[in-house]
Amino acid sequence: MAEIVLIGMNHKSAPVEVREQLAVACKEKVDPLVHLPQLQHVDEMFFVSTCNRVEILFICRDAHEALEEVKRLLRNHLGDQFNDSLDQHFYTHHSLDAVKHLFRVASSLDSMVVGEPQILGQIKTAYRQATEHKTVGVILNRLLHKTFSVAKRVRSETCVGSYAVSISYAAVELARKIFGKLADKRVLLIGAGEMAELAAEHLLAQGVCQMAVANRTLERAVSLARRFRAQTVPFDHILDNLKNADIVLTSTGSPEPILLHRDVKSRMRERRNRPLFFIDIAVPRDIDPKINEIDNVYVYDIDDLQGVIDLNLEDRKREAERAEHIIAEETLKFEDWLCTLKVVPTIIALRDKAEAIRQLEIQKTLSHMPHLSESDRKAIEVLTDSIVRKILHDPILYLKRKSERETGQVCIDFTQQVFNLMERDGDAACALTHEASNDMNYNNLLKSVKK
Amino acid sequence: MIATFCYSCGTVGYLVYLFRDLSVIHRVAWWVLSLGAAFHLLAIVLRSFALEHLAVTSPQEAMSFFSWVLVTTYLIVQTRLDLRILGSFVSPLAVVFMLISTLLPRDILPTSGAFKSGWVIFHVSTLFFAYALFALAFCAGVMYLLQERQIKKKNFGFLYTRLPSLQRLDKINDHCLLLGFPFMTVGLITGFTYASAVWRSPWNWDPKEILALFTWCIYAVLLHERLAVGWRGRKAALMAILGFIGVLMTFLGVNLFLEGHHTFSTG
Repeated sequence: MAEIVLIGMNHKSAPVEVREQLAVACKEKVDPLVHLPQLQHVDEMFFVSTCNRVEILFICRDAHEALEEVKRLLRNHLGDQFNDSLDQHFYTHHSLDAVKHLFRVASSLDSMVVGEPQILGQIKTAYRQATEHKTVGVILNRLLHKTFSVAKRVRSETCVGSYAVSISYAAVELARKIFGKLADKRVLLIGAGEMAELAAEHLLAQGVCQMAVANRTLERAVSLARRFRAQTVPFDHILDNLKNADIVLTSTGSPEPILLHRDVKSRMRERRNRPLFFIDIAVPRDIDPKINEIDNVYVYDIDDLQGVIDLNLEDRKREAERAEHIIAEETLKFEDWLCTLKVVPTIIALRDKAEAIRQLEIQKTLSHMPHLSESDRKAIEVLTDSIVRKILHDPILYLKRKSERETGQVCIDFTQQVFNLMERDGDAACALTHEASNDMNYNNLLKSVKK
Repeated sequence: MIATFCYSCGTVGYLVYLFRDLSVIHRVAWWVLSLGAAFHLLAIVLRSFALEHLAVTSPQEAMSFFSWVLVTTYLIVQTRLDLRILGSFVSPLAVVFMLISTLLPRDILPTSGAFKSGWVIFHVSTLFFAYALFALAFCAGVMYLLQERQIKKKNFGFLYTRLPSLQRLDKINDHCLLLGFPFMTVGLITGFTYASAVWRSPWNWDPKEILALFTWCIYAVLLHERLAVGWRGRKAALMAILGFIGVLMTFLGVNLFLEGHHTFSTG
């Protein structure tokens, strides 16, 4: 039976170096989607990589074997330095946990800044790539479409999403209160996170004249720089660039602050005390909070910005709980669907077998009766078809009913034995998961199952 | 009297404007203030003709003249910068001066010949204009400190939305200082030259002279730090406030409590 497995790492489970290494490796050398045909144990695969996370979702029949295979693939193409420690940074989720995790990620509940809106777009892009590589089949297609609708539901039914947008809006408003017009101001973007990008976009919309990007990995910096039409700055030269910047947006995954009190203090004189505004979106903080005590320097971290907008902690917690509730509910619904999935191959096999018999018999009969008119032949077709349908109706109903119970597998085996479907079942299942042509048939069936 | 009334109305208007963002209120307040300033000018001119010299010899006249200069300066600055909220801070200041002036005795003091000179008019008006600009710098400084405190402490009151950006306030502070300082310098120099002509010595250890020089030094330091070191923001605002306290001491304290050449009663 097919199993859903998710393996990945995020900002909580892995340090930024490992994450970036993996993201870069996946992008350039070992795009998992391209390598799918080499993986024997993996049937379907979906892969998404952002600056805060890498998630690989796949369908397999033997979870253990498939996991080993995927890990081996990653390990082979990653630098040696991470080989030993790689496993401890990964988290693995199986079946419904994997589904739930994907829902949470897409709804931005698992993000560094809860509710940031970009992650859904990133997942959609990743899904488009996966469909182009034809690595997603029935289950993942269904799962991802479900994911999009869950994320949308969370967004529209809770305030989780509005909240991230208002944070970056609040940051821009603060900048305007400090600087007045932003047109001649320069922004330095340190590290790349979804939230920082959102704020940077807001600032650009306000007409900030110049932007510079500093990131530990140059590739990421370059791609961001291209997007914002910015320059890149070597990560080690950030301090020297402080004297040119007016607004500094930080969101690195660094475990300790990257800017210290003395670094900034000594540079304020070079800046002739022009005001400097730090927006620190990273968790843990990138900017030493003591920097706020320096004259003409203003430091706002994510908590401060959250304080600016009125939503208090209680409200936020309640919204997050409501979102979790929606996700739990949708996960259960998906579980139902997955269960009905178990009986689908059997039902199809049953119908196919009956149809084959009917076709055969009709051919035999009609070849003996050439004198029949076209309308008579049609009548016989309809007659036999309805007989087959009516006979199969009850067994199919029985299968569907049992599919959601734990004894479902017994009923399936029993049905297969009674109708002698055994040797055909494997083919049907394979065809199901691999061929898009069966999707139609399958989806129709699903609809009927839902009814 | 009419002027005082108009100023009070204008102030009320500006205070309402501080709480409600309605440009109608501001426009009305601005016109009322202008009307007050016009009446005030008329009163000062009439009185000056009656006295046959510029009406700044009694404390009452000095106050009222200063308050007129302050209002006029603000009205001019307002048309140039369009910083409406500044009016909410400046107009109460003008009203305070007007009220003090109406409380003081209105008697025409006997005057000595020392005041009947073009030098005096020049000396007084340049200095008053400088003081008015410093008063604006003071208001901008207070606004800056209020706003800066809210942003630093991350605790926003209702003023946060109404006050302009820090950089703008700092710039106004800077401009007022840059413009006011030369006026003050010129005013002091004319004072010294006139004093040397009348009393044979430019420096008479008059308390007002000492304090004025002290105030001038505060502003000189502030200006130097601003231009050379790049001081700005909180420190500059604090200095501007300190400087204005010096101005008040020079202007009010000496006139009312200490004796010297500038003291009106002795003449």
